[in-house]
Amino acid sequence: MASVTADLPAAAKPAASRPPEAYKKWGRESWKRRAPLLPALVFLIVVTQLPFVATLVMSFMSWSAQPDAPEKSFAGLDNFKTVFTTAAYRGAVLTTIEMTVVVVGVSALLALGIAMLLNHAFIGRGVVRTMMIAPFLIVPIAAAVFWGNGILMTGFGLVDGVLGQLGVPGAQDIAFLTDHPKLAIEIELIWQWTPFMMLILLAGLQSQDPEVLEAASIDGCNGWQTFVHMTLPHVRRYLELSVVLGTIFIVQNFDSVLGMTGGLNSTNIPYAVYETFYSAKDYGVASALGVVVVVGSLIIATFALRVVSSLLEEEN
Amino acid sequence: MSERNWNRQRVGKIAIPLAAWIIGLIFVTPILYMVLTSLHAPHDAQTYPPSWGAPLTLDNYGGLFSSANPITPALINSVITSVISTLLVLALAIPAAYALAIRPVRRWSDAMFFFLSTKMLPMVAGILPLYLFTTQVIKMPDNVIILILIYTAMNLPIAVWMMRSFLAEVPPAIIEAASIDGASTMRILTRIVAPIAMPGVAATSLICFIFAWNEQLYAKVLTSVAAQTGPVFVNTLIQTEHAYLAELAAGATLISLPVLIAGFAAQDKLVQGLSLGAVK
Repeated sequence: MASVTADLPAAAKPAASRPPEAYKKWGRESWKRRAPLLPALVFLIVVTQLPFVATLVMSFMSWSAQPDAPEKSFAGLDNFKTVFTTAAYRGAVLTTIEMTVVVVGVSALLALGIAMLLNHAFIGRGVVRTMMIAPFLIVPIAAAVFWGNGILMTGFGLVDGVLGQLGVPGAQDIAFLTDHPKLAIEIELIWQWTPFMMLILLAGLQSQDPEVLEAASIDGCNGWQTFVHMTLPHVRRYLELSVVLGTIFIVQNFDSVLGMTGGLNSTNIPYAVYETFYSAKDYGVASALGVVVVVGSLIIATFALRVVSSLLEEEN
Repeated sequence: MSERNWNRQRVGKIAIPLAAWIIGLIFVTPILYMVLTSLHAPHDAQTYPPSWGAPLTLDNYGGLFSSANPITPALINSVITSVISTLLVLALAIPAAYALAIRPVRRWSDAMFFFLSTKMLPMVAGILPLYLFTTQVIKMPDNVIILILIYTAMNLPIAVWMMRSFLAEVPPAIIEAASIDGASTMRILTRIVAPIAMPGVAATSLICFIFAWNEQLYAKVLTSVAAQTGPVFVNTLIQTEHAYLAELAAGATLISLPVLIAGFAAQDKLVQGLSLGAVK
């Protein structure tokens, strides 16, 4: 239903840590071995998968909780029609795609550059690494409300203030949140997610064999050649992993939109789901939107599972 | 060494640290400014341009606890939901990870990928049925219990993946040898597996704690007053009438402190946790 079974190539299936002979004692023993898995599986299915099924069912129903709304009824594909023909909902889908592409793209490039810098030994490297991680360790909604009120706010925000002190005319009236709401949210998300991607890429770079790089420089490769032919292929999978995981998290982002702009000209799908059911109380359309975002995520998740399984294969 | 090469090396020696320091400072500036703002008096915090040298005070933090609408109950709710959900996660994830890592289960990778795939689906898509269930079916709105269950499910996949990669580090040969020597399962677990897996359990706990502590969407929708958590409370500090920024900065800093502490404590395991155990 709402789970993914990646059609992994046979080679990518992670091997169990024991030979198959271990399975020969079939019967009671195998159930004894499976039993510890069951509580977690059952709990997960009940709490996360059943709601998805319910959302899917509700997405085909005409169901509004407004006081004057008609009775619940079967609606067929009407809710999906509403989602794809109403400008506001179409906008939410497009905003989600735009935000995700911009944030993931910029964060990944920044993260790769910063990870390569931090891969060198220099004085205070640990301090810089700690400074880089810090944005990821601020509670997301707290970061969003402070970016929205303390940094990008018109007038008393940090950015307008600093621009004013640098002599930019009219700095006090620059209104990032209302004039460029999507850009404002994207900047905050890039600030928040670059550290996350940087950590993954740095782990990838540090797992590279230094002897290989030494051999390359002895053979007369310059820095650029070494980067393109040695480092990039090695880091590629880590880059893929950070991109797919970043995508999954940023598609789901709700806190930055709520905390910075309250959805003003910057509503993404999660925020639209929230608004549609919480304020507009249109349960059918909200569910259809939920189904749309699940389908989108499933497509991304299939890629994600491939990347993870190839990394697992390496581990074994 | 040629002249040119030597110059390039010297430039690298200066340019790389310089660039790294500048970028690091840019990334940390919003946080430092948030802390500075939280230490300024309300009328000093909202000026154009910023009053850099204004006197420092802890009054905003005091105000969070002593105002008519204090932050304390929300913080207590945050601690309760994060700690209890983390304990529940461990109770469910450790046996599952053990079954997957140490004693092979047929088609274990399918089970692993099922766990992982649930984490990849947007939580927002399940919120409406859960909201209707809590408010209309069991009629328990504004209650921390439902949040605890949701956070447990939210973190379970991460914990299973992390724990599996930690437990996989236990050499099977040791366990074989011990069981041939007639050691009981319990003894194997407490004497061999636990010492190796302990740091992993600690890191997993910290990461589950962070994610539960940060969660805001479900907390906002499913609670109103009694079960309100820290992140939801901070959102209510935004005002339009008087100078509110200093208190908002104090609230934002205060609720981020536990995450900063937990995150720096688990720094070396953070990557493994955030990449769902895919990267060591």
